[in-house]
Amino acid sequence: MKNVIEIQDLEKAFGSNVILRGVNMKLHKGENIAILGKSGTGKSVLTKCIVRLIECDSGKINVFDNDITEMEVDQIDEIRKRVGYLFQGGALYDSMTVKENLEFPVRRTQLSKNKSEVNDMVDEALESVGLLEAKHKMPAELSGGMKKRIGLARTLILKPEIILYDEPTTGLDPVTSGEISELIMRIREKYNTSSLIITHDMKCAEITADKLKLLKDGKFYAEGSFDELRKSDDREVAAYFN
Amino acid sequence: MKKLTNQIKISVEDFLVELGNIVLFTLNTIKQFFIAPFEFKELVKQGYIIGNKTFPLIAITGFIMGLVLTLQSRPVLVDFGAQSMLPGMIAISIIREIGPVITALLCAGKISSGIGAELGAMKVTEQLDAMEVSGTKPLNFVVATRVMATTLLVPILVFIADAVGLLGSFLAVRMYEKVSIVLFLSQAFDSLSFYDVIPATIKSVFFGFFIGLIGSYKGYTASRGTESVGLSANSAVVSASLVIFIIDLITVQFSELLFA
Ligand SMILES: Nc1ncnc2c1ncn2[C@@H]1O[C@H](COP(=O)(O)OP(=O)(O)OP(=O)(O)O)[C@@H](O)[C@H]1O
Ligand SMILES: [Mg+2]
Repeated sequence: MKNVIEIQDLEKAFGSNVILRGVNMKLHKGENIAILGKSGTGKSVLTKCIVRLIECDSGKINVFDNDITEMEVDQIDEIRKRVGYLFQGGALYDSMTVKENLEFPVRRTQLSKNKSEVNDMVDEALESVGLLEAKHKMPAELSGGMKKRIGLARTLILKPEIILYDEPTTGLDPVTSGEISELIMRIREKYNTSSLIITHDMKCAEITADKLKLLKDGKFYAEGSFDELRKSDDREVAAYFN
Repeated sequence: MKKLTNQIKISVEDFLVELGNIVLFTLNTIKQFFIAPFEFKELVKQGYIIGNKTFPLIAITGFIMGLVLTLQSRPVLVDFGAQSMLPGMIAISIIREIGPVITALLCAGKISSGIGAELGAMKVTEQLDAMEVSGTKPLNFVVATRVMATTLLVPILVFIADAVGLLGSFLAVRMYEKVSIVLFLSQAFDSLSFYDVIPATIKSVFFGFFIGLIGSYKGYTASRGTESVGLSANSAVVSASLVIFIIDLITVQFSELLFA
């Protein structure tokens, strides 16, 4: 099967604080992988390296068969258009309405689109996260879960082929978490995306992931399907399932 | 002893690294002025916010400055029988020095800190990262527009402060003598020359540029965590105020050299 992301021996340290010590992984087209790991193990750092928000120290990161660690800044933008990133807190632009938040990436990447086309795209993206009524609100007026869904809508609007979800359900009640997990699955069906889903929420991992990977001490410690890992005797792994 | 020299070495190194970063940031920002897309709408929005935020403050301060300066200088000039020189003296001090510097300091307190806090918050909540991954350079959209807005607006605000300051001065003179505003202004402008106005204007442009730039730099380089938002705002004010005085010093020297 075709790999959309392939990471080899990725290493990253901040000063003397070594975070990643040789991460290897592959993400196939259409696959959902959940990444588990304790807080501070470098899950966010890993995903940020994939879109080069953080420069890694060594290793290879192939995205759509381009080694992004070697790329020029201009070329990176071409890759970034095809990769969506849902930030941990939604990262909505405070000074803009929801509508303007969604228009922002479109206006800057698809210059040929006219006003009504952009508006249709906004409506479609908001509908797919079920928040059309929030279109004219400011981010400050939204709840945490709504912010995440709007953040997701802003990611979806460019129809990315890969989506990196950084803790999509953290801090939400179980019902809303469930809805977001379902949403992730619906998005995959609708847009045929491949996803990396960082999560602590086992329910979310169970629903969304084809495969789970456990990050520990800068490396992947264990991997497998939800059921495989659940049966594991390893204490480190078992700790996530109770 | 060795520990101390080591510490000095480290802080000198840190200082040089920071200086290098600031220079790079400045050059990159200036570069964005000439790179498409030119975010005109955002520029207007920022300009509006800045003007709106500072106008009342600057008008009131300018007025009081002119008034107080006149009231305090008058007795001395009267002693020498030189009160006819009062308008000219006030005009020169306001337009050459007090107007620009007071306006710039107020803007440092109000605008630099505002930009520092805003960008710091955007950095901490990953909004700048979100922009970056959606293909928009935050340096272009967020920083360049703000720096450009302050560069354009601070000179205008200085002009307003000067005008209101002269008005205050006129009212102070008027308390004691029956002069018309026309006479007051003609006395004021008679003693002003081109060489008073030009350096002051150039200085104001630089003030504006650095007010925007330092606020942006401090916010843009905020570290992670909410407390760094407050820190960015705070250190933006301190650094911007310091830089204002340094620029002031430099322009005095330069205009002496060029126009004396
Ligand atoms: N820009 C940075 N500069 C310095 N250190 C950083 C930076 N980004 C992350 N770190 C450090 O890297 C480590 C991993 O951070 P990261 O945000 O990836 O954790 P995480 O696994 O996503 O945790 P969480 O589940 O809490 O989000 C932390 O110790 C953090 O302090
Ligand atoms: Mg994280």
